Order: sequence, then structure tokens, then C-alpha cells
Amino acid sequence: MSRNLQTTRRRSRSTAATLSLTGLLALSACSAPGESATDEPSGAGGATASGAASGEAPSCGTDDVVVDAYVETGFPIFRELTDAFTEQHPNVTFDIREDQFAVLTQNAPRVLADDPPDLMRLPQMSELASDGLLLDLDPYAEAFGWDEWPSSQLEQMRVDENGRRGSGPLYAMGLNFSMTGVFYNKELAAQIGMTEPPATLDALDGYLQAALDAGITPSAQFNGGATGGLAFPLQGLMASYGEPAEINGWVYQEEGATIDTSSNLQAVEHLERWIDAGYFADDINSLDYSQSMARFLGGENLLMFNGDWESGTFDTQMPGNVGFFLMPPVEEGGQVGAMSAPLTYGIGAGAANADCAAEFLNWVATDEAARTMAVEIGGSHPMGPVDAFMPEVDEESVTAQTLAAGVTIGEDNGAMDFIANATGGIYARGWTPNLQKLVAGEIEAAELLPAVQAEYESEIG
Amino acid sequence: MPDLTLSGRPPEAGARAGLSPARPGRRRGSLARHRRSAAALALVLPAAFFYGAFVLRPLIITVQYSLYEWNGVTESTWVGAANYVRLLQDPEMFGPILNALQLIVYFSFVPVTLGLVAAAIIRKFATSRLAVVGRTVLFLPQVIPLVAAGIMWTWIMASDGVVNQFLRLIGLGSITRAWLGDFSTALSGVGVIGAWVSLGLCLVLLLAGMSKIDPALYEAARLDGAGPIREFWSVTLPSLRQELAVCLTVTVIAALASFDIIYISTQGGPGNSTMVPGLEIYYLAFFQREVGQASALAVALMALVLIVVIPLQRVIRGREQ
Repeated sequence: MSRNLQTTRRRSRSTAATLSLTGLLALSACSAPGESATDEPSGAGGATASGAASGEAPSCGTDDVVVDAYVETGFPIFRELTDAFTEQHPNVTFDIREDQFAVLTQNAPRVLADDPPDLMRLPQMSELASDGLLLDLDPYAEAFGWDEWPSSQLEQMRVDENGRRGSGPLYAMGLNFSMTGVFYNKELAAQIGMTEPPATLDALDGYLQAALDAGITPSAQFNGGATGGLAFPLQGLMASYGEPAEINGWVYQEEGATIDTSSNLQAVEHLERWIDAGYFADDINSLDYSQSMARFLGGENLLMFNGDWESGTFDTQMPGNVGFFLMPPVEEGGQVGAMSAPLTYGIGAGAANADCAAEFLNWVATDEAARTMAVEIGGSHPMGPVDAFMPEVDEESVTAQTLAAGVTIGEDNGAMDFIANATGGIYARGWTPNLQKLVAGEIEAAELLPAVQAEYESEIG
Repeated sequence: MPDLTLSGRPPEAGARAGLSPARPGRRRGSLARHRRSAAALALVLPAAFFYGAFVLRPLIITVQYSLYEWNGVTESTWVGAANYVRLLQDPEMFGPILNALQLIVYFSFVPVTLGLVAAAIIRKFATSRLAVVGRTVLFLPQVIPLVAAGIMWTWIMASDGVVNQFLRLIGLGSITRAWLGDFSTALSGVGVIGAWVSLGLCLVLLLAGMSKIDPALYEAARLDGAGPIREFWSVTLPSLRQELAVCLTVTVIAALASFDIIYISTQGGPGNSTMVPGLEIYYLAFFQREVGQASALAVALMALVLIVVIPLQRVIRGREQ
């Protein structure tokens, strides 16, 4: 009996000890999550002695400055630009941390809240701006004259008080603005009688079929894992069938916006016909971006739906053998559109060297050497005024063609932000799984857009 | 039942120390016991501190977060059990759990069964060089980082990978496919990677268990006319109950809480055919920024693991008694 009593006492003691420990731990965590962040928002601006805000010209000054940057790996353009900036401004050096795009996406809120960098590559910025994690760049826009540039360049980086993009204060700047379209292998194109880019979607369909008939896989587009790469051709088709402005409205989270429209459905049905016809590789749902690129660079495919950030790579690795065209319109001479977005960089709300970071961004858009790098290394059009310096580009290069296409898109007002940027999770949870299901025949074309719209609405609440 | 604790102290302590029941001795004994307790506490404290800081505290905080709607940065809103209600109502949350339950077959039953067979075979020629090679080869997956294993297997199972090359070689080209990119085979493909990784641990544990079995048991079985298969069922398998329990527990938890292999090889795709709770938690917390909902799913996952593992433990312990 007494042994049992002892055991019970021992158990009571250990239970009491466990409860005390649990209580202590619970006490340590009892405040509601996020309270401290709200009480002392890192964006209070205490550390950011902005020259622009105080009326002085924002600059890096003459004292030694180390700009803290958190950027995307795999894009040599940033490091090249910072090296060139340091050459011109010897007192400024850069401490650069690189991560993959997906890692940046998931880390962005906490990094900006806990240890805001001076410059950060921003994957998706509306929620970050609404949460007060990014510096309002309007004072810099005024000081440097960015607001005199074509408004469409900065529109995608403006976020209003409701978290909608397209208007409101400027929260980011682009290193350049990139654009997607269709790259094609000229040798293979010649083999199937494609001597010039298709003028209509029908003509493109004909070339895709001709390539298939000739035993060539028309496209090894990536669509595996977390890379819903069919979003590239789909958005191009959406622009051919419908209005780019409507798609932008959806991406910018305008009130009542929907992606489930009749013209977008036509685009999905067109894509489904391409899938059913076998125009994509049969292992498309397991292909990632690098495998897809490797196949195109290896001369295995007629075309690839991709962005001008690869122009430099194609010019280097397949010189003279790659052409570029925008997704053709339904009828000849009809409207064209392209996913065209700035390579966005923001400044943390509590950044220590915000002025210097802003001066760097301004230098990238205005300095001749920097603009040359944006074109030759970045493969994309620099930001900046319409009449700004543009470097000479070899007319035979694909870079020249992508730059020319950029002008066309500008004239047609056909620039759209990427449909994957609508919300933080829409790419991973909406587009990618549903495009993969479309490929596998798990869903019909008519089911795709409602599924994406439902995910969109669940995220924006 | 005789009362063994009349002296007010555990009898075994005095017996071990050879102390008389006299008062000074008792005091010395008590002092020694306190010293031992203090020493034990000092030894346990560092581990207890780290356990509290890195296991218990996050656990409690996760439970707390699960009661809020929070994006991870700004002010949170108390929602009570709403996140748990959504877990039960949202069919999207069931898919990952069903996938995880299916993965138990691959991550747990397959490696345990194969481990048993392999260990039984290796034991037969335990001292030969072949057994050493066999052990090493089969244990190798256990020491390879899971990320490396995931990447390696994505190459092996790619459309132009070794698996499909082999199938074409033996005339089965018609069934080749991108194994991890096909809705019907992706989950099995991921399961194969998990089975391959777990096999080494199960093999080593079961081999160690087999080495403890008294050879006299086998001799007796043989004298009774048992063949190798009868020996296995009647001697080997019952003697390995504890090792099997450890193998099953560890691998079932690995299946239910799987993340890394799937993140590397399919990222939950194609569609959501390989989505598991671990990955869902990650997407909810870091991409959709629904930290409260992610925490609720994490708590539910912990409960699921306990619901599966505790009965397993009970069954095995019950048999031992």
C-alpha cells in the first residue's frame, strides 16, 4: 500500500514539475502573436534618415557605406552592377546575400520585419507594403524625377492603402523590366518551313503541328514540381483573346475582379488543344526550368515560352540561331500582349542606408554603363525616361528582337503583370496544381479558371 | 503483502548500501541520496533546458498560434477553434492526410519487410565478406542526406532516367513514363524513395536484434525438424518484437511527418497528388502566410502521429507483458 502511495507521490511530484514547466513556458509565450511587431513597427523609420524626406538630395555621401542587399541567386546582373557602382563610388560597398526565388518569397516578411536590408529583391510586394515592411519611395521618385518616366513603368510597384496594386505610393523599383514571349530555334524552324514568325494564332498552330509531324517535340515547356510553366503560354493566349487591362485588374486585386472570363476560357481551351495535340513534351509535369532550358539549348525543341532575361544566354550559347516573337493575335494585326514586369527591388522600412540604396537604383536606370549592363547582361530593357541612352545591340541578336518587342508592347499598351503575382500563394496553390491537372486530363479547361478564382478569393478574403 | 517501507525509505537503497537502520546511518544514507539526486539533476538539467527551449516551448507556441488568425508579421486576431473547424470542413486538408496514410505502406511496411528478409539472409552468412558488403550497401541510404537522395531519385525516375532506360532495354518501353510527373505513379514514386531511405535503418536494427538470439533456440528448432522458413516464423520473428516495434514506430512517424523527400522530388505535385501535411503546413505558413491555420494543421498532425503510434506501442507492450 505505502509503496503505491510513494509511487503516487512521485508521480504527483513529477506531474507538478511538468505542469510548472509547462506553465512557465506558457507564460513566456502568452502575449498574442504579432503584438510586438504592431507596437514597434520596424517601418517606424527611426533608422532611416532619408535625405529625400528632409529636403536634401538623397545620396550615398562621402563616408564609407556598406549597403546590405538580399537578392535572387542566378542573376549575375546585380553583382555586376554593384561592382560598377563601387568603381564609381569607392566609399560604397555591398554586402550581398543570395537565395533562390522560392526562399526569398518565404523569407521576405520575416527578414523585412526582423533585419530589414537596404535592398531586397521582392517576389511579391503588395502584402509586404500593406504590412508596413517597405519604405515608401515616393519622396525618392520626386527627388530623382522617376515620376516623370512613363507611368506604366512604375504602376506595378504602387500599392494603395487597401493592398491593391496599380496606384498609391511607390514601394519598389525595377533594375530593368523583363517581358515574356516565344523564343524559337531558327534551324528547326527552317526545317519545317517557318521562315518568319507567325502572324496569327492559327499560323502558330500550323507550325506546331508541322514540327510534330517532322518528329520534333514543338516545346519542352517546364511544368513540374512547383513550376507551373504553362502559365507563360497561357497568359500570352489570354492577351490574344482578351484585354491585358482586365488581367492586370485581377493581378492588382481590384474589387470584384475575376480571372474566370469567357475570353480567358478561350485561352485555356486553346492551351488544352495544344496539350491534347502533343505539342508539349510528354513528361512536361516533371520538367523543371533548368531541364526545359537544357533541352531547348540542346536544339531539341522548336520553341520555348520564356522571358527576355534569357536573351543574353541564347545570344551566347546559340548565337544567331534563336529568334523571338510575341504571342500572335487571333487575327492578323490584332492586339498583342505580354507579361512584362520590372525586376523589382525594394528598400526595407527600417533600412539603415535607404538614401544610398535609392541612389543606386536611380544610377541603374540613368547611368550609361549601368543601362548597357541591363541590356547586355540582363537581356532586358532598362528602366528610365523614354529618351534615355540605349546601348548599341547587334541587330542579328535575339536581344535586339526582345528589345524591339518591348517597344511594340509599350505602343500597344499590352504589358501585363504575371498572373502568378496576384497573391502570395496563387502560383503554388492555384496555377501550378491546376495546370498540372489540365495536362494530365484530371480537369477540363472549363474547370481550371473557377478553381484558380476560388483559391484567389480564399486568399484575399 | 508485507509492508516493506516501515523505515520510511526505499528498502533497496539501504540494502545496496549495507546500512544499519540506526539513525546516523540513515542520515548518511539520506545525505548520499540527496547528493545522488543533485548529481542526477545536474546531469539532466542541460538536456532538459534544451528540450524545453527547442521542443516544449515551440510546441506550446504552436498550439497558441493555432488559435489566432495571423500573417506572421502584423497584429493577430483571436479566432478560437475556427482554424480547427476549417481543418474538418475543408476537403483540401483531407487529401494530404490520406496521402500520408498511404505513404505508411512505403515508408514503413515495405522497408520493415524487406529489412527482415535481407537481415535473415545476411545472418546466414554473417561472417563472410559478402555479408559486410551487403550490410554496407543496404545501410548506405541512411547516411546519405535526404536532399541528395531526393535529387538522385528524380534523375533515376526521369523520363530519360535509369529506370526507363532499363525498361526499354527489356522490351517494356510501352510502360515508361515520367514516374514523378504522372498522377498515377507520383505518390508510389515518392514512396519508393522513402522505402529506400528507411531500409538501411531497419536492416541494421533487425540484424542487431538477430545477433542477440540464443543459438540454442535454433538448434532446438532444427532438432524438432524445423526448416529455415519455420525457424524464421517460430524463432527469429518472435525474438525481434522490440526491434520491430522501434522500426515501425520510427518509420510510421517518418511517413506521417514526411517533408524533405517530397519537397525535393515533387513539391507536392503533380496537381496535389503527393501533397502531405508537412508540405501543406509549409505552404500555408510561408506562401499563404496563414500562420494560425498552419499551426492548427501542425497540431492536428501531431495528434494524428500520436493516434497511430500510441496504439502501436500499446499492442507491442501488451504482448510483452
